[in-house]
Amino acid sequence: MRLGLVIDLDVCVGCHACAIACKQWNASGTIGPLSDYEPYGAEPSGVWFNRIRHYEMDEYPHNKTVNFPMSCNHCEDADCVTVCPTGASYKRAEDGIVLVDQDKCMGCNYCSWACPYGARELDRSSGTMKKCTLCVDRIYDETLAIEDRQPSCVLTCPAHARWFGDFDDPDSQVSRITRERGGFGLMPELGYNPTNQYLPPRRKPVIEVNTQPKGGLKESIKQFANKLVRR
Amino acid sequence: MNARIKTENHDRQETKYTTCYMCACRCGIKVTLEDNKVRFIQGNRNHPTNQGVLCAKGSAGIMKQYSTAKLTQPLMRKPGTERGEGVYEAISWDQALDILTNRLEEIRATDPAKLAYFTGRDQMQALTGLWAQQFGTPNWAAHGGFCSVNMAAAGLYTIGFSFWEFGAPDWDYAKYFIMWGVAEDHSSNPIKIGLEKLKRRGGKFVSVNPVRTGYSAIADEWLPIKPGMDGLLAMSMVHVLLKHELFDYEFLVKYTNASWLVVQTPGEKGDGLFLRDEKNHPLIWDIEKEMFKNGEDGDIAPALFGEYVAPDGRRVKTVFSMMAERYLDAQYAPENVALQVGLPAESIERIALEMAHVAFKEAVELPIAWTDVWGRKHDKVVGRPVAFYAMRGIAAHSNGFHGCRAVHFIQMMLGALDGPGNFRARAPYPKPIPPHQLPENNLDIINAPNTPLSRPPLGFPTRPEDLVIDEFGNPVRIDKAYSWEVPIASHGMMHMVITNACNHDPYAIDTLMLFMANMAWNSTMNTKNVQDMLRMKDPEEPGEYKIPFLVVIDAFHSEMTNFADLILPDTTYLERYDTISLLDRPISEPDAAADAIRHPLVTLDRDVRPWQEVMVELASRLKFPAFTKPDGTRKFTGYKDFIVNFERSPGIGFLAGYRGVDGTKSLKGEPNPNQWEAYIANQSFFAHHWPDNQKYVRYANKDYLEVAADAGFVGKVEPIIMQFYSEPLQKFRLAGMGLYDGPQPNNQVDRERLVKYFDPLPMWYQPLEQQRTDANEYPFFALTQRPMFMYHSWDSQNVWLRQIMAQNYLYMNAGKARSMGIEDFDWVWVESHNGKIRCQVKTMEGTQEDTVWTWNAIGKQKGAWGLKENASEATKGFLLNHLISELLPEKNGERRVTNSDPVTGQAAWFDLRVKIYKAAPGETGSWPQFDVLKPFPGDERYERPNVLRYDARTHEKN
Repeated sequence: MRLGLVIDLDVCVGCHACAIACKQWNASGTIGPLSDYEPYGAEPSGVWFNRIRHYEMDEYPHNKTVNFPMSCNHCEDADCVTVCPTGASYKRAEDGIVLVDQDKCMGCNYCSWACPYGARELDRSSGTMKKCTLCVDRIYDETLAIEDRQPSCVLTCPAHARWFGDFDDPDSQVSRITRERGGFGLMPELGYNPTNQYLPPRRKPVIEVNTQPKGGLKESIKQFANKLVRR
Repeated sequence: MNARIKTENHDRQETKYTTCYMCACRCGIKVTLEDNKVRFIQGNRNHPTNQGVLCAKGSAGIMKQYSTAKLTQPLMRKPGTERGEGVYEAISWDQALDILTNRLEEIRATDPAKLAYFTGRDQMQALTGLWAQQFGTPNWAAHGGFCSVNMAAAGLYTIGFSFWEFGAPDWDYAKYFIMWGVAEDHSSNPIKIGLEKLKRRGGKFVSVNPVRTGYSAIADEWLPIKPGMDGLLAMSMVHVLLKHELFDYEFLVKYTNASWLVVQTPGEKGDGLFLRDEKNHPLIWDIEKEMFKNGEDGDIAPALFGEYVAPDGRRVKTVFSMMAERYLDAQYAPENVALQVGLPAESIERIALEMAHVAFKEAVELPIAWTDVWGRKHDKVVGRPVAFYAMRGIAAHSNGFHGCRAVHFIQMMLGALDGPGNFRARAPYPKPIPPHQLPENNLDIINAPNTPLSRPPLGFPTRPEDLVIDEFGNPVRIDKAYSWEVPIASHGMMHMVITNACNHDPYAIDTLMLFMANMAWNSTMNTKNVQDMLRMKDPEEPGEYKIPFLVVIDAFHSEMTNFADLILPDTTYLERYDTISLLDRPISEPDAAADAIRHPLVTLDRDVRPWQEVMVELASRLKFPAFTKPDGTRKFTGYKDFIVNFERSPGIGFLAGYRGVDGTKSLKGEPNPNQWEAYIANQSFFAHHWPDNQKYVRYANKDYLEVAADAGFVGKVEPIIMQFYSEPLQKFRLAGMGLYDGPQPNNQVDRERLVKYFDPLPMWYQPLEQQRTDANEYPFFALTQRPMFMYHSWDSQNVWLRQIMAQNYLYMNAGKARSMGIEDFDWVWVESHNGKIRCQVKTMEGTQEDTVWTWNAIGKQKGAWGLKENASEATKGFLLNHLISELLPEKNGERRVTNSDPVTGQAAWFDLRVKIYKAAPGETGSWPQFDVLKPFPGDERYERPNVLRYDARTHEKN
């Protein structure tokens, strides 16, 4: 299996629902807590596995806003794993999920420097590196209903802009939608083979209209004829 | 299969269903609890509102529950300290209730209007309104007047339902969707769910908004309109539709008043009113029978166009002829409005034509048999799949009522209302136009001590006789709603209460009760001066404040609580019983009437009480008739008992589900003693799914209207005819002209406003404040919106949400900023006619060039909301509110007039114009700054660590 996410940039409204759902699941999840620094003071910040960035393309008035959720891409060729001096960072053979063994991690930050996507988050309190686990403690929890065995970001996304599944299965929803919509991985030139795929904005619908009016202005009131329409 | 993965031990967990209250959307949530701690909140898949999804706010509910701003006990301002100093003493609930009961008893026994009770962003107006009515004060309203009453009133005076809770786009069939002036996250989850459905099907999404963020980011076409010009844009689109003869003739004839005849006798009494028969029915000209006939009847073939002569010799004309004359005028042509609205004429024309194309060439037909209210059977439903959603961007202007009505005009012309693919009604709407509920205006009853009002304080006036004024024509309400100044102020005018009460205009009050409303900060205009007003002493009553007693009910340490004389602490939404009622602001969806409850999931850990419960207690202590048995004892043991057993009329109560003695009746039925348990067993909501034949055309759907009448949604089974031409407005205008047989204003200001602004057909005019400010001096429009992850969330102290945003910036168009030498993160002064502020700029492409904007309510007063003094919200965040005046700039010889829509009293937040210039080197930090709020007694229980490590399952892991 090669588990990962599809993120639909055509419908992501940048609402941060996925980011907070991730935060609340994982804060009390197996990798939690996720520290919050200065939560009541100036410049609050904290450990987040999923962050939403907002970009603008082109110039006013032809500009477009693109909302861009970003989390671990669970790369096929994950440098974050190879650089890890303790073996804490590992990629699971059975499903491709990249995880950090909290008992082995010494917080050296090598993996974070190796990750071009900025997906790794050092928890300064535990002194360990943390990151998206694809909610591995949800998706394999057989006590949950099958429809609940998904990453919390996917479960919650109000715009249904997130999909979870197995990219090794060509018939899976994520494989199909990636094919159909021309999905792409981020920065392929770097050669990490990211598993997560992004769907580009759709083309604008075109509606043909006839701009030639039937009548003229003002005096056309006289041209309006009553029709026999019974209520 | 993956033995190494440790999953969660659920042995000590339980899941419960309740209703979210992180915003006004009120989604169903499934909450996992572990040892009384909140482990996880997710959307409820079965809930009609959110269908399983949940927004950022909903997921952040955990951090609201564990907020360090939570009040802990009733507080009394310490004797000898001044209001606003923020020095309090803890008192018991018994003491608090005794103090309040005694005060209210005295007021009620002498002059009930001396109590003003205004509520903020709550959604229990059915209960608070009943309470005020039973108390006998006319001075009650919720926050609608400063929110979006223009949108609500325009809908209810035009189509019988409206945007927000009373209608929704039909996402399953819509092919074209225009969003007008909708802030980032209105109707949080449903719109996000819907936009994805629309785009998946290849539908087109157009956004009309000066700012491209949030939903607008994914629009296929963005129309960066200038603020306040929406009405003009809509009227120009009406022009295009008329010019091209693109309107649904059949719809207009059947379901609107387009064919009704209007009397044309300018300068005479009766001009502009409908021609009516002796039974007061409006008349049409029947082209088949060649005679005048009742325009409400089914058996007619009306002329849509034409001028006729009434039997009494008066000239009459059809509404649609009047419309064609007005809107075909060249002044509404796209090329003539383009400059003003800030959009290319080509876009205006094309969008109107695209809508018409989709409406008429791509109509949806569903093979659903239904019967119209006139008794005729139909074998299909035809839908014009053009859907709209519109909100405060249009509404929060002093020309917003007409603007909102103009948007509905397009929907009516396209026949795109309550059909497949367009904008559909949500029960209990549609209602008669306007709803048959008048505000109490009987002076004898209002002035009578210890006497409930005979009807609610708020309603929908149809003529000058319905105003709430005294024998001299002066306002009777403290907010002046329903006075000549703002005749159709159907949600009241909360934004005027403090100013009017301090000015003793129209009179002095004794006690002001504010529930869940931050009127000393982000919910008021003119914040700094309003804070001063709250501290203002009355020179005529030594030792007394202008507002003698101020009671604040809130769950959190807001800026407002700091001014209270008495603070009654509320619970969080996870700690109380609550109802989301069809009598109130419903959560119905187009396909189902629905309501919901909350019930306590988390055990209370402090001495606070749900305001619902306290209101029932006060009502019982004060012996309100509806809460008291004939023998004088209390009728209800508490809120739960009240909800189960109170009946507004036989069989109709706050909750529509699981009624009847055995819980098997829906919408109507005897009280069910186990109703709460039934709701809890059914995931805390109830939905009555409409059968197919009752889903569409409900303004004229016999089977639907029969159920609606039985359930009390409408008074009786009769057609709800949509009103292009608004006769109520014309009656007020005639009064302004001195041509009305009934009350007429005696003040020149009022007369002029009525004549100018009570046009029975939508008109565009320059917003009132802008008429009195110099556009050259103040070149920018300035407005606010809330970010998606905080919209309607009434706080940003939430430690997770504030990590997304703890400081707001003033956003400007990048090119414009460049031309002024302003760069990202520059500190600037922003000045209006009312004052100035200092804030920091960020530039962006997605802002209309003449507009600046910011996120509202990020700025906080130091020490408020459980934050530390150095919180970015207080040091760098800012409010635009200081720049906005609740009164229009003074005009010589004229009394001060509210900065609101002259028809509805809607607060004109977005009429603001400002100038911007760079701050001097070294001038940094937001300004003005305010005193630091002192911690309340009880605050010592909260830790505010530098690092927070929330984990609901710590015990498990340790």
